[in-house]
Amino acid sequence: MKAPAVAYVRPQSLDEAVAVLGQGAGEVQLLAGGQSLLALMNLRLAAPDLLIDISRLPELTAVGEEAEAVILGACVTHAMVEDGRIPDPSRGLLPRVAAGLAYRAVRTRGTLGGSLALADPAGEWPCVFAALAAEAILCGRAGRRSLPCAGFVTGIYETARAADEIIEAVRVPKLSAAARWGYVKLARKTGAFASALAVAVTDPGRGHCRLVLGAAGGPPLFLAQTAALIGADCRDLDAYRLAVAADLAAAADRHFEEFEMQLHTAAALRAIHQVLA
Amino acid sequence: MTRIRLTLNGATIEEEVPARLALADFLRERRHLTGTHLGCEHGVCGACTVLIDGEPARACLVLAVACDGCAVRTIEGFRDDAAMAALRASFHRRHALQCGFCTPGMLITAHDLIRRGKAGGEREIRDGLAGNLCRCTGYTNIVAAIAEAAAQLGASRHGA
Repeated sequence: MKAPAVAYVRPQSLDEAVAVLGQGAGEVQLLAGGQSLLALMNLRLAAPDLLIDISRLPELTAVGEEAEAVILGACVTHAMVEDGRIPDPSRGLLPRVAAGLAYRAVRTRGTLGGSLALADPAGEWPCVFAALAAEAILCGRAGRRSLPCAGFVTGIYETARAADEIIEAVRVPKLSAAARWGYVKLARKTGAFASALAVAVTDPGRGHCRLVLGAAGGPPLFLAQTAALIGADCRDLDAYRLAVAADLAAAADRHFEEFEMQLHTAAALRAIHQVLA
Repeated sequence: MTRIRLTLNGATIEEEVPARLALADFLRERRHLTGTHLGCEHGVCGACTVLIDGEPARACLVLAVACDGCAVRTIEGFRDDAAMAALRASFHRRHALQCGFCTPGMLITAHDLIRRGKAGGEREIRDGLAGNLCRCTGYTNIVAAIAEAAAQLGASRHGA
């Protein structure tokens, strides 16, 4: 089908975009890469009154580097990450994730901030940013604020972003040389949405250790007991198996079918295996 | 309506477009470039793949109005391209199309894979083609044709 009628503006600066967003009457959507939004509009599942095209805003396509972190503009595309065109704070994790996300013709348009703002349960970036303890930098009429990506996604397609805020960037802490990560995406076809997603990151020097599951029927799911075992450098695979089962059972807000339990468990254990290897 | 100015297959053009108009519909209905095929219209089939500023993109998931100032290249814009000539010939030799509906998207995707050095073997080519569907299921010959063109172009590059 074709997208419904819509108005369109392309502001020249982030300040202007924030102002337009604040004034917008009816349903206003921010258009970044559009790789989900335009599909939803073509399917008539979304029918905004106004699109604010933020994809070319210089503030949102910028990349900055600090001593401890890299700041990725919200409209950095998956392909830019895949190709290593931006500094990598993650020792290879971000490019690995980007290369397996949808298809090249989608990755050249789709953006980090768009993926985070959409908060699809099967989306890669919300889980990966949460596992890396990244922060989302939001810009609204009241000014800027920074929120941990862990907890940023509050539900299925729901985030802590206020309606008058734009995700400006994601601040990703640099992993140290001793850090290890594991990343497993189980999908029925290359580039398809994940059926299960596991991201494990441990950085002993910084006391950082997280195991996050995606495509798990809600926001990124933190496996705390299992992560603690990784942090303690446990080498007992049976202990990991028990811990994953306990963590999944403790997720009171989720219901997993038996095959889903097996998928999530397999993804988690494979990610742990990569970390320990 | 918004006035846009873009480069289309090397020529500068200007048009008034409504915001809802997808790039694919702009190309087909306003510019009569019907080589860009529309299959699913939601980013799954890859038949509408074109190049925007040199990068492959789904013309069904890009608004024409958002292409203001960009360079768009469709399958019609590859007539003088050596890599595309090699792909066309290998698709012909290997019978890499049946109904032909997916072919423009397959060719542009294959061209990009070869350009980025991502057509090094069957596995890599199949991964790279995952976003292009052939409903005739003629993948075996498509993969073989791309591998052949990639090998030929690689050999000619080494020879140069």
